Order: sequence, then structure tokens, then C-alpha cells
Amino acid sequence: MSPNNYLVLSALLFSIGAIGVVLRRNAIVVFMCVELMLNAANLAFVTFARLLGNLDGQVVAFFTMVVAACEVVVGLAIIVTIFRSRRSASVDDANLLKY
Amino acid sequence: MEATHALASGTSSLLVWLIALPALGATILLLAGRRSDKWGHLLATALSGASFVVGLVELFKMLSRDGETRGVSQHLFTWINAGSFNVEAGLLLDQLSICFVLLITGVGTLIHVYSIAYMEHDHDRRRFFSYLNLFIAAMLLLVLGDSFLNLYVGWEGVGLASYLLIGFWNQKPAYATAAKKAFVVNRIGDMGLSFAIMIAFTAFGTVSFQGVANHAGPEHKQIMTWMGLALLLAAAGKSAQFPLQSWLGDAMAGPTPVSALIHAATMVTAGVYLITRSNFVFDSAPTAQLMVVIVGVVTLLFGALIGTAKDDIKKALAASTMSQIGYMVLAAGLGPAGYAFAIMHLLTHGFFKASMFLGAGSVMHGMNDEVDMRKFGRLRLAMPITYITFGLGYLAIIGVPPFSGFFSKDKIIEAAFNAGGPRGWIIGFAALLGAAITAFYMTRVMVLTFFGQKRWADEAHPHESPKLMTAPIIILSIGSIAAGALFAFGSSLQHWLEPVVARGFVEGEPALQPIVVSIMALVAVALGVALAYIKYVRVPVEAVAPTNVSIWTRFARRDLLQDAFNEAVFMRPGQYLTRALSFFDRKVVDGAVNGTGALFGGLSVRVRRVQTGYVRTYALLILVGAALILAAMLAARI
Amino acid sequence: MNLILAANPFTPGQTGTPEAVLFWILAPLAVLAAVSMIFVKKAVHSALLLAWVMITLAIFYIAEDAPFLGIVQIVVYTGAVMMLFLFILMLVGVDSSDSLVETIKGQRVMAMIGALGFAVLLIGAIGRSYTGFAGLTAANTDGNVEGLAQLLFTRYVWAFEVVSALLITAALGAMVLGHRERSSERPTQRELSILRFRPGSKLPGAPLPNPGVYALHNAVDVPALLPDGTPDPSSVSRVLKARGDVLDTKAFEMHTIEEGEDESK
Repeated sequence: MSPNNYLVLSALLFSIGAIGVVLRRNAIVVFMCVELMLNAANLAFVTFARLLGNLDGQVVAFFTMVVAACEVVVGLAIIVTIFRSRRSASVDDANLLKY
Repeated sequence: MEATHALASGTSSLLVWLIALPALGATILLLAGRRSDKWGHLLATALSGASFVVGLVELFKMLSRDGETRGVSQHLFTWINAGSFNVEAGLLLDQLSICFVLLITGVGTLIHVYSIAYMEHDHDRRRFFSYLNLFIAAMLLLVLGDSFLNLYVGWEGVGLASYLLIGFWNQKPAYATAAKKAFVVNRIGDMGLSFAIMIAFTAFGTVSFQGVANHAGPEHKQIMTWMGLALLLAAAGKSAQFPLQSWLGDAMAGPTPVSALIHAATMVTAGVYLITRSNFVFDSAPTAQLMVVIVGVVTLLFGALIGTAKDDIKKALAASTMSQIGYMVLAAGLGPAGYAFAIMHLLTHGFFKASMFLGAGSVMHGMNDEVDMRKFGRLRLAMPITYITFGLGYLAIIGVPPFSGFFSKDKIIEAAFNAGGPRGWIIGFAALLGAAITAFYMTRVMVLTFFGQKRWADEAHPHESPKLMTAPIIILSIGSIAAGALFAFGSSLQHWLEPVVARGFVEGEPALQPIVVSIMALVAVALGVALAYIKYVRVPVEAVAPTNVSIWTRFARRDLLQDAFNEAVFMRPGQYLTRALSFFDRKVVDGAVNGTGALFGGLSVRVRRVQTGYVRTYALLILVGAALILAAMLAARI
Repeated sequence: MNLILAANPFTPGQTGTPEAVLFWILAPLAVLAAVSMIFVKKAVHSALLLAWVMITLAIFYIAEDAPFLGIVQIVVYTGAVMMLFLFILMLVGVDSSDSLVETIKGQRVMAMIGALGFAVLLIGAIGRSYTGFAGLTAANTDGNVEGLAQLLFTRYVWAFEVVSALLITAALGAMVLGHRERSSERPTQRELSILRFRPGSKLPGAPLPNPGVYALHNAVDVPALLPDGTPDPSSVSRVLKARGDVLDTKAFEMHTIEEGEDESK
């Protein structure tokens, strides 16, 4: 099996995550889709590390995880704050900043 | 002419007081405001008189020196010191300036005295006096400045004072408009003066009289010609000469003492002073001199013709002023042969015209401010003093010997004939014709006002004016009797001014013997008087101006269409230009600006719909954008 | 360091067969789970499906000679992050399910076009990408963790420090965002007492009665009886009431003495 299959899987998961971000309205689900995209990117990094024969890709994937963790913490805090004031977790309800 | 001749040989620390005293008066009166209502007019008159006394002191000091060392100067401070451009604020008093100083302060003081009574019932008498003092100060600065730039300051100062005084009764819109008109027309002349200053600075790097005089001579003919033409424009503006004469008639809107002081005796003669003072410029520029002569001749006839048709006594006198200044300008244009006569006529005119204006004011004072001569008549019985003094002025202006006008005007006509060649004959006869017309319209004024049947309204009670008014008139009429003979006797004024304006000038052989010219002038005057006698004494004068008059009368009544001309040639096109520019501005410039704005506004209205506020839309756009960038990158790799 | 799956020797540029088998079993499942994740209505289900995808990925990491990342993926991601998600879901409401009807016109079509186009472009690019296969055997000779550590603390030490600062900042940010500002002073005990006893007060004067005094039932879901024998609904937790788990109070009401059998017994 060609290791490129991992990359194809990564591309597919990334695109699915993107569709989820664009189509879902529940902020938490949107967030999970973002996580999916990040994970897909990580898979690509890990695969590239293997293809190239060095560990730099894995280090980047590691950093990505750390950043994703930060993002989740802050993002969920924002969702909670919005939910507290608007009683809704729908991203479509927070649409006051518009034309 | 010696180019290096120094204008001033000594110094005098008194000069600044000439200007400072009236300037102080104006400042005090304007700052003190209503608090000085009670004593303001007295202070102003006293300060003007004090200035006159200083002038007399200077005159006697000057008389004690001999001809070439009479000019004195006083350095005040360094005004501008920028690189090579250095202007000192300094004063210069020579034989020419002293004539003006005494005329300004002397006549000025008399008119101050007159105004005390004339303006007695005016609520704003103090303000009037502060303006009068301001005018005296500015006019003295004008004649005492030792450079074109210093002169310019005074020049603008008198313009301001004139504006303020013409519009003194600015509660009447017509008067305010007249003030504005005078100011605007004067600006055109002022522009000429500023051009002259710029030319002097550019060409010679100096603007002082002495500095420019040092460069005078045939080698700078071109520059001097342009400078002379610019100065002529300035003189025409200030002295109401053709083609900038239109403001003077309307300037009679001001109180009569103002008309007498500013618009007859002093300010309007500033142009003549300017030409005479700049004699070194004009002597180097024959073309400019010829233009001066032409302007003078045209104006003297122009003013005289207007004078024949005016029924308003002040406007008739104003037209006469214009015409008489035309004589002076003509004389000044004749060069060293004429400067002295221009100044002589200026001085005598200052006396008799001021006296006549004050007389007219006295008549108006007694006739409830009526100015229409057709509503006067037979006033010689009601106002004998005014009648006699006005009559003396009349005899002076038409040039009856031995009154002062005879000497000065006669000399100018003589100088005109002596100009030589066909030019001499043309301007000589024009001057003679002017003398005849002058005699005609002045006789008309005299007859309409003091002779004939009484035509005044029933409610008018003509009476003689108070002594405070008649006294200055009497003094002035003494001047109008004696001044001419005094100046002409032994050519005293001519010799007095010679060091300033006619150094080294030798009179040529006259074209006509002086006696011949005098006789011709007298004949012309007699013809004018006779014609007026036929028209206005033998035929009863109507109280209302007849309307079925000849087209020439109509022309003259409308100031020979000068206003119509200005309006048609300058004002209307200006208005059209303004309108066109305004239209252009509104439609094209604003259109472009607003159009651009509207374009982006309209686009924004549509484009802003993209900003739905839905974060999902934005995410989608990012996704599509990322896909496009990816596509572009891949396409670039292929 | 192919711990489990990689079989040596293998064709250059190819993975071993066991890994291929693993991939072909798990990859479709991961894609299926991911697709389901974006189409199920309940957020909890989405979270569980995502956890499954993450575990799959962890297995792939291990298969790809990244055992450290695989473990971290399971511990940190599937363990901590997904638990955080579930926790927040609980806060926001577990039961809330999305309507899947699209409200923005053209969003679905555009999303599909965009995402599929993106996927096609990416996959197309992979075909042209680097085709060599170096393998990590050499890099992992000292152990995967040691190799990563060496890189982290040498070449990537600056990024490492920056990321640590980012973590602290994120923690602070979450605290700031989660903090609720009091708009009024906290009422003192005295004020609360006064409030309770004021006429018309909605607060009870005394502490609420405890639920359930009957041994024959789980006491928490049975309301207390007031001295007059009537049950007090306020003694039962609101949660239970909302859930419909409160027992009918009628059964426990005190009967009058005349009717009561217990008394007579």
C-alpha cells in the first residue's frame, strides 16, 4: 500500500470537517469539525514525517495539538459566555455584526 | 537730472509727530468709545491742529535752509530685513511733501472745526472724528513715506478711511454700496501700485524713492515705462481718473466734510502726488508720460461733461473735482515743465474746492439736506456768507483773475501748449475747451443755487449756518483768493519745488506767449459763462429735471455711461464667469466627486450584502478562497 | 521502530501488508464516522463519532512510527479535549439537537462545491507529491520519544517556549471569559433574613422542608408533608420534577384521623 493513502484520507477528513464547519449551526459541533480538520492536518504531518524520514513533521503535529488544546479552551469558554447571555449556541443567532 | 542727488540732506526728529498726533487721536477715540463722546471731537480737532503746528515749525526750519539742503528725513525702524531685501521705515520731508503736509493738516483742521457744527446732531460724531483723524494720519504717512512701500501703507490707510467715511451712514444700503464701490475700484488702482513696487524690487532690489531714483535714466527705459504705467494705474484709481473714475460720484454719499476733505482737497490728489513724487520714473519713460497726459486730458473733458448735467450739487462738484484733477494729471504728465503747476493747481484747488464743498454743505445744512439744485434758487438772500464764499470759490475755479484758479489753470494750459508739436496744440485746445465747459457748468451751479426764482419746498427754511461752520469757509475762501497769486508771484512755488521735481530743467521757448494763452483762456471762460447765462438765467429753470432732453444730456446724466460700461464689460462677464464656474463646480467637480461617492455607495449597498453576519458564510468564503488559491498554486506548478 | 505492524522486509515505497489491512479496515470506518458526525442531529452523537475518528487516527499514528503522538492523541485529545467538549455540551444542554434544515440560501451547494473541489485538488496534488519513502527506522533508533525530545529542546525550543506562553495565555483567557461580573453587592445574611420575613416575600421564612420522610420510598422523589398533612412540592428538586420523576403526592397525604387505619392499629 502506498503511504500516499494516508494523505488521501487526510484530505478527505479535512474536507468533511470543512463541510461540517460550513453547514452545522451548533457552535459546539462546528468546533468539533474544526478539531477534525486539525486532526486531518496532523495525519498529513505524521505521514510526511514518515515519507521524509525525519521527526520534524511529528514535532509540528505535536505543536498543532498544543495549539488545538489552547483553541478548544478559549473557544469553549467563548461559547459558554455567548450561551450565558443569549441562551443559544447557534452560530446563526450571533449575526448582529452585519450590513 | 542728476541721478545721484540725495532727496534728504538732514534729519528731523519731529516728523514722526506729524503722523503720531492724529494717529493717537484716532486710537484714543476708537478705544475710549462712547466715554469720549463729550470731548472726542475737541481732542481730534486739537490734535489735527497740533499736527498743523508741527508742520509750520518744519516749514520755518526748512525756510531757514537753502534750496538743496531743505529735505530732511527721519529713520524710524527697520521694517523688513530679509536677505538682500531691506526696507527701512523712514519719513522724508522735502519741499514737495511740506506743501501736502500743510494742505492736509491745514484744510484738515478747518474741516474738523466745520464738522463740529455740521455733525452736531449726529449720534456718532465721535466715530466720525476718529475716522477723520485716522485719515489725516494715513494721508500724512502717504506723503511722508520715504519709500514706495511706506507710501503704500498710507495709500491703503487713506483708502480705508475713505471707505469708512463714505459708508459712515451705512444704515442706508445705497451709501454702504457706494463705499464698497469706492473700495473695489480703488483696489484696482492699488494693484497697480503693488505692481510698481514689485517691478522696482525685481529690477533694482530696492523700493525706496532714493534707491529707485538712483537707477533712473534712459538705460532703464523699459522698466521705467512699465513701472510708470503701473503707477499711472494706481494714480487713476486713487484720483478718480479715467478709466477708474466711476467711484467718485457715488462717494458723495459720505458726509459733506468728508467730500470736502477726502474727495476734493486731499486724498484724491494722492495720485498727482504719486506721479510727481515718481518724477524720476516718468522722466525716464516718455511713453508712460504720454499715457499720463492722455488720461489727464480725457478725464478733464469727461468730468467737465458730466458736470454739465448733474442736478445734485455735490455730484456736480465731484465731477468738477474729477475734471480739475484731470488738469493736474495732465500737467504732471508734461514732465518737469508741469510738475510745479500740477502741485500749484492741486493746492489752489484744495482751497477753492474745499471751500465750495463746505459751502454746499452749508446750503444743505440750511435746506434740510436737500441736494437737488433745481430745488434751490435765490439762496443768496438767505445765506449771504455762504453765497459770497461760494461765489469766490466759483470765480477761482473758472479762472477769473486775480483769483487763485486763474494762475494755476492758466499755467497748465500754457504748459500744455508748450508741450510742442501737434501734441501741444491738441492738449492745449483740449485744456481750453475744458476751461470753457468748467465755466459753463460752474455758472450753472451758481445760478441754480443762488440766483433765479426760489424753488424750494414750503417746509424748507433756508438759514445761514452757525459761525463754527462759516469761519472755516471764510478762511478757505481767503485761500482761494490769494493762494494762486502767492504761488505764481515770481514763480515762487516753481522755484520752491525745483530741487525736487525739476532739477536742471531749463524752460524752452514758449509756443505761445503767456499773455496770448491767458487771453484765450479768458475768452473761453467768457464763452462758457455766456452760454450758461443764456441757458439758465434767461430761461426759467424748472424745479423738476426735464426728461425730454437731448441724448447727450442723458449720457452726461448717466456719467457718460461709465457705470453701464463697467457693468457690461466687467461686472456682467464676471458674473457670467462666476456663474459658469459655479455651474462647473456644481455639476462637473461636484458631479465627479459625488458621482464617485455615489458609485462606491451604490456598489457598497450591493456588496455589503456579502456581510450577512453569518459566520458560516464567512467560513464558506474562506473555504472557497482557499480552494482557489490552491488551484492557482497548482496551476502555477504545471 | 515498527512496533507491531510493519513487517520487514517490504517493497521500497510501500508499507507492509498488515498495515495495509489495518488501513483498509479503519480508514473507511473513519471516513464513515466523520461523515456521520456532520449529519447526525445530536451533538453528543457527533462528539462520540469524533472520538472514534480520533482513536482511529491514534492507531494510524502508531502504525506510522509515531507512538508518542498516538498516545498523546488518545490521552490528550480523545481523553481530555473530548471530555471538555462533552462537559460543555452538558452545560449548554445535552438534549438540544440541531435542525438540519439549511437557512442560508445556496450554502449547501456552495459548501459541497467548495469542499469537494478542495478535496479533489488536494488529492490531485498528492499524486504529484513526493513519492519517496524514507521510513523512520533511522530517526527512531534512540526511541521515538527521545528523538522528538531532542528536536523539541534543540531546534524547536523557541517555538516550544512560545507555545507554553500561549497555553498560559489561553488558560488565563478562559478564566477571564468564564468569570461572571457581579452587578450588585452580594446580599448579606441580614439582608436575606429581612427579605424573607417581609410581607409578600416569595422566599420561605424558614429553610425548605427536606423531601421525603417515608422509608418506603427513595425519599428524594417524595415531597415532604406539611404539619397540616398536605404535601409541599417545593421540597422536591426541580430537576426531578422536570424529569417527571416525582411520585404522586396523593398517596402520601395524611388521612384524617377518623379515616385513618394506622392510628387505630
